Amino acid sequence: MTPIQGTNDFVIRFANVNGSGSASANNLFAKAIFRMGIPVSPKNIFPSNIQGLPTWFEVRVNEQGYLGRRGGYDFVVAVNGQTMRDDYEGLNSGGYFFYDSTRPLPENYQREDIIVIGVPLTQLCNQEISNPKLRQLLKNIVYVGALAALLDIELSVLTDAITTQFKKKPKLAAPNIQALELGYTYATDNFTDTCRLRVRRSDMLTDEIIIDGNSATGLGALYGGATVVGWYPITPSTSVIEAFSSFASQYRRDDENNIRAGIIQAEDELAALGIAIGACWNGARGFTATSGPGVSLMSEFLGLAYFAEIPVVLIDVQRTGPSTGMPTRTQQSDVAPAAYASHGDTKHILLFPSAPKECFEMAAQSFDLAEQLQTPVIIMSDLDLGMNDNISKPFVWDDNRRYRRGKVLSGEEILSLPEKWGRYRDVDGDGICYRTLPGNHPEAGAYFTRGSSHDEYAGYTEDNATYAANMARLARKWQTARQYVPAPVVEMHDKGIDDAMIFFGTTTQSAMEALDTLKRDHKRFNAMRLRAFPFQEEVFEFIHDHERIFVIEQNRDAQMRTLIINEGNIHPQKLFSVVNYDGLPITAAHILKSIETALSTAAAEPETAHKGGSQ
Amino acid sequence: MTYRRPTFRHPDLPKNERGYTKREYEGGISTLCAGCGHDSISSAIIQACYELALEPHRVAKMSGIGCSSKTPAYFLGKSHGFNSVHGRMPSVATGANMANRDLTYIGVSGDGDTASIGMGQFAHVVRRNLDMTYIVMNNGCYGLTKGQDSATADRGSAGKKGVPNPFESIDLCEVAIQLGSGFVARGFSGDKEQLVPLLKAAISHKGFSLVDVISPCVTFNNTQQSTKSYSWVRDHIEATATFDFIPLMQEITTEYDKGSATSVTMHDGSILNFYKSDDSVDVTSRRAAIDALEKHREQNQILTGLLHVNEDLGDTHAILKTTQSPLNALSEQELCPGAATLQHIIQKYR
Repeated sequence: MTPIQGTNDFVIRFANVNGSGSASANNLFAKAIFRMGIPVSPKNIFPSNIQGLPTWFEVRVNEQGYLGRRGGYDFVVAVNGQTMRDDYEGLNSGGYFFYDSTRPLPENYQREDIIVIGVPLTQLCNQEISNPKLRQLLKNIVYVGALAALLDIELSVLTDAITTQFKKKPKLAAPNIQALELGYTYATDNFTDTCRLRVRRSDMLTDEIIIDGNSATGLGALYGGATVVGWYPITPSTSVIEAFSSFASQYRRDDENNIRAGIIQAEDELAALGIAIGACWNGARGFTATSGPGVSLMSEFLGLAYFAEIPVVLIDVQRTGPSTGMPTRTQQSDVAPAAYASHGDTKHILLFPSAPKECFEMAAQSFDLAEQLQTPVIIMSDLDLGMNDNISKPFVWDDNRRYRRGKVLSGEEILSLPEKWGRYRDVDGDGICYRTLPGNHPEAGAYFTRGSSHDEYAGYTEDNATYAANMARLARKWQTARQYVPAPVVEMHDKGIDDAMIFFGTTTQSAMEALDTLKRDHKRFNAMRLRAFPFQEEVFEFIHDHERIFVIEQNRDAQMRTLIINEGNIHPQKLFSVVNYDGLPITAAHILKSIETALSTAAAEPETAHKGGSQ
Repeated sequence: MTYRRPTFRHPDLPKNERGYTKREYEGGISTLCAGCGHDSISSAIIQACYELALEPHRVAKMSGIGCSSKTPAYFLGKSHGFNSVHGRMPSVATGANMANRDLTYIGVSGDGDTASIGMGQFAHVVRRNLDMTYIVMNNGCYGLTKGQDSATADRGSAGKKGVPNPFESIDLCEVAIQLGSGFVARGFSGDKEQLVPLLKAAISHKGFSLVDVISPCVTFNNTQQSTKSYSWVRDHIEATATFDFIPLMQEITTEYDKGSATSVTMHDGSILNFYKSDDSVDVTSRRAAIDALEKHREQNQILTGLLHVNEDLGDTHAILKTTQSPLNALSEQELCPGAATLQHIIQKYR
């Protein structure tokens, strides 16, 4: 048996019981690696439960900076009796099985291809920790201490982190550090040179930060000038609102300590979006955050905002559907429903952030876009990005940047117009009309906003030609939107290459890793990362430049592929689908295997491939 | 046939304190059925706003869907209006009010829009104590879809089709009192004398005010067997107490017999004077107000007038401690913490 070896390249899995205080210990571990300058990607795989059910925390450490989920694990901290058997069986051959040896391993744990590391966590705590209330919690810190010894993590990084964490409660720092040292000493004394996995300080990370996408989004909304929030609690979006509230309570205080934001927990998702729409209609920047089930409920209001042309921002932190689905697992399965949400002919702007920096930037930009285009803008994040800590380039803000409030006329401006103002008159030819805000002027600018059919002057109409003209103008506005939304990123576009991948959002990390692997294997692929819907012309040009396009996404029905086919009139045979929909983040291995399968199938049916390529 | 109101204005029309004539509070021509109670309510709203000398453009008219929700097109033509989606006006009004606390929000809804599809939103806008006046044009039926019973139709009441309603009815006033509304009143579209001061007081109230107005549907629910017909309501109406509403700006000219009147000072300094009869209700008590509604219900009577008032409640902005300036008027400097602060913030994530 060969033990797995490696420096700054392994996956460690923590198997815990939900609600046992393991999350902060596991985060401490991940943060220590981050602070040693090593790319790290922690992923919380947790149940829809508050206490008692199994939860896993998977940390990938990778010097090369591959931060997508890798799949498999080389080291497991198995401290949950409920799942210990599975955790044991699932460990990679040559891997390390770490358990609480206060109780011996059952006799049927007989794998010979792994290394077993037993540390009596409970016993150590019972002997050494005087406060019985703390023992359970500190058991988690003891294993972090032991890991530090086994993996060569600098102990000072951990003790510094604890000291910082308990700055406000210094009394708690001492027992935590004691627990850390307990584990460290025990592992040093008993398991010298047992573990061949190593962590070594690196210069891969310099000015990076590590932050969850939802905090980044909340911060972006703060910088984007959002003031009114309607929201309803739903995993995994709730922490967007919590972050915004927390930032607002710190950075949006007036001289009387009142807050420059109105945050309302609504009775349901319908009301949450209704509140945001009412605020935006009245000239504030409003938003809500939700997940798939909320988007279903909000469809009615999305249609109103589309048709009445009210700016609004909706943050969809996607989770596994359909229906309640798996509330605490990830997916990119709201793409098609969000794009066309609501009855009648409706289309919505979608933005696809792939990292916290983009969450921040797109959240701030979404308010500009919504007001410029006078329509809903939906940010399509997901649980993996939103709730996990992700390494990110630092956020920046340009103090010269000004909010773009779009076409808004004051009463004075209306009075000075040479012709009669109409709320839905397209005078510029871009499909975007001029709106007014309530309360602005005694004589000019009042109009009646409605979701029923209206003419250019906002009057109710059932005149068929007038209705159709308005719908055609909305389609014109949609074309205009293509110039406003973030452009796709061409990751690679070399000439003479037939194959390409298209991906977006959290699929990016694993897709880029797969791209590197393919390159090493001398298989040449180009790649484009989508950042918004509607698609720009360059998306379709990119597709036309290739024979075969692999659209990689995290849902069963290849929703993005459908959207591309539909919007670009692309021949379906040209677009191959790579999907992952089990609720866990997609891996590079899965992408590579899917591409290989598709290519071999295509090779077996040359005619089909040819037809597809001839488009 | 054209539906245009002549633009000609008589030069000698009387003006209110702010210099507006009553005409300046009017809206478009109604497209509701001739004799619809809702038109009388629109006209009472016009009268109330004129008498309160509101600046028309500082009013925002909010509504849902239904016959009632169309009416904001028929009054206050110089105000912005928002005809939203069915049963969802309260949330849109909440957002609008959060964005600009300085405007006057008048919401118009119906019994279907409020007591059925919008019951959830109605309940929660009351709980939030949003500073708005919520007017229900209550006819006990769905007019736009041809007369189906609504949730406020009394058990046993029958509309045009003659089938008695088998379900219990919802008393929106009682619900609103129970949910903590600080101003609850009931009027009758056929009694403008009572309705106009009720509306004036409701609009002057700081926080959520409900005015539930029985408004017969002449086309579908004005039958002998209907408890929301003109004749039934006229025969069974009862009032809590007569009262005067004295807006802040108005000079008090009448002398009152102190012994017979109780006064409530409104948030803006206006005064409500009640002239009690022996069996009249203490409208400042929530419990007494609910008792009075139940008592009259047992007696097959509709209790109207001001049912409950409490001027001590803070509105949503007070509860949330939002800044005094309208949120939609804050400058970028007040909203955006800037580049240097951002670097400070992200330092926590290193």
